Amino acid sequence: MKEEIIYSMSSPFRDDFRIRGFRFGEGEKTLAVVGSLRGDEVQQLHTCAQLVKTLQQIEKRKGLTDGVEILVIPSANPFSMNIGKRFWAMDGTDINRMFPGYRLGETTQRIADALFKALQGYQYGVQMASSYVAGCYMPHVKLLHTGYEDIQTAGLFGLPYVCVRQPLPFDTTLLNYNWQIWETKAYSLYGGSNSTLDMQVSREVQSAVVRFMERVGLTVADCRPSAGYRPVVFDESELVCIKAPVSGIFFAFRKAGDMVNEGDLLAHIIHPYKGTVEAVITAPAGGRLFFSSDKFLALQSAPLFKICTA
Amino acid sequence: MIQTIVSTDLPVDEKWQIRKNVLTGGTGKKRICIVTGTHGDELEGQYVCYRLNRMVAEHPEWLDGTLEIYPALNPLGIDSITRGIPGFDLDMNRIFPGAEEGTMAESLVHRLMLDLQGADMVIDIHSSNIFLREIPQVRINVNTADRLVPYAQWLRMDFIWVHEAATVLESTLAHSLNSLGTPVLVVEMGVGMRINHGYCERLVDGILHLMYQMGMWRELPDLSRSPQESIVSGIGGVEFVNAEASGVFLTENRNNELVEQGEEIGCIVSPLTGETLQRVTAPARGLMFTLRAYPVVYEGSLLARIYKM
Repeated sequence: MKEEIIYSMSSPFRDDFRIRGFRFGEGEKTLAVVGSLRGDEVQQLHTCAQLVKTLQQIEKRKGLTDGVEILVIPSANPFSMNIGKRFWAMDGTDINRMFPGYRLGETTQRIADALFKALQGYQYGVQMASSYVAGCYMPHVKLLHTGYEDIQTAGLFGLPYVCVRQPLPFDTTLLNYNWQIWETKAYSLYGGSNSTLDMQVSREVQSAVVRFMERVGLTVADCRPSAGYRPVVFDESELVCIKAPVSGIFFAFRKAGDMVNEGDLLAHIIHPYKGTVEAVITAPAGGRLFFSSDKFLALQSAPLFKICTA
Repeated sequence: MIQTIVSTDLPVDEKWQIRKNVLTGGTGKKRICIVTGTHGDELEGQYVCYRLNRMVAEHPEWLDGTLEIYPALNPLGIDSITRGIPGFDLDMNRIFPGAEEGTMAESLVHRLMLDLQGADMVIDIHSSNIFLREIPQVRINVNTADRLVPYAQWLRMDFIWVHEAATVLESTLAHSLNSLGTPVLVVEMGVGMRINHGYCERLVDGILHLMYQMGMWRELPDLSRSPQESIVSGIGGVEFVNAEASGVFLTENRNNELVEQGEEIGCIVSPLTGETLQRVTAPARGLMFTLRAYPVVYEGSLLARIYKM
């Protein structure tokens, strides 16, 4: 393992800002893995840290295939994480909406530029991501539909779901989108909730990356993980979205990962003053709860659950 | 007449409302909408809305048509000094045209779009952010320049910046409405969290002048505070000056000045060591229309924008 500083920048008053990378093997740029780009992506950081540990072990026992190089960047935004903010501490901009970056641009454009330069040219790119719709998600691989997305290889992670999203204009500055345009097969791995650390999900996602490496020939046989899932592939728009009919206190009986039947009770929305049940939320269709809100308050029209019926 | 165009329950005894004041006069059928408060830290538009309301109250006979005033597209943001929608990750001006079945914010902007669509003109007032100070200017996407620059000239702002198209900007209110044939002019001026009365008065004059030219205001306003004609940028004519060091940016300059190539416009210093970390100079001769207002800078922070002349 080689540890290196991918990018550093002085701060007016704090310690230097640093992005650290961990490189394994030598040869073709084969796989790059990025952890947290936002300050609340602790699970993503942890998953990458565990991956660094695992890769060290694999490398030690000569388990990496000759001629491949793997880069892991656990965090590209320690500054925000250290002060408990999701976005760039100074101006609230989101590094993950600054790609491909601009060397002469604003601070987060420069960070994105430096990061993207380090990540370019890899055959496969994996990002541990989080969604702007906060809540708990089933572990899944998400691909933006760019025309370059590779759904077949996304299945090699062995996570339960592969979700394809039709990009909106504001998605065109994401790492996943730009990685694909620059000819890296890019996958965003999701699971669990923001600002939490679910060890089981973290282990599952980490195992998925190890499984993927094995299946695309980056590791030799003795690293073989469990078989994983045969994933369900769907377009994000096919999810059945259940929105809050009224606002109030959200009391959920079921959560992401649960199997539900049509008509099953999912949640109550309770009047904030009178304690009465203002809405009974039931499943409009049977399937797996792919997403569940983890808020205690429900906003009218906000998504509470998404069911994968596939 | 105050109308509520969006009303959604918040969890505890409050409604999330977007309201507008609809002012009508004469027999004219044209409709102009003044929208502002998309970003909760931008306040210049509040003064403009207030003054336009007063103008119509004082001279209702001069209005011929419908003037709709939307002071707060993001009321929760303005009330909590939050640039975006509190609790929502995305910039409100990056989720247009929204979606009826989307998140609450997306559904809200969808309803807002439906309300604005079909207006004869929409003026979308912004005031940069807390970091930058802007001279009164109109920003227009190059793809709509032919159609919109003549209208923008009637606002008599100092500068019209015709900028290049970017995919990510396709999700702004202006782009979304312009694409549907509803003309939108984006005005930027001043600095976040403050109100520059002089700039606002000029914009009020400009809006009334635009309305006069559109046949919606019967009295030619006093334009003595405004230039005869705005400077219109060409594509690629704007130089960005970014910080190359992290520290504290000090400047004695003001924006709206003509600067010479190589002229010092400020410096970045270290309060810890007393060093000058960077002498910031103008990369070209031209009009400095943006200047850093917030002194603490990182490498890359935008310090100034200069239109080459």
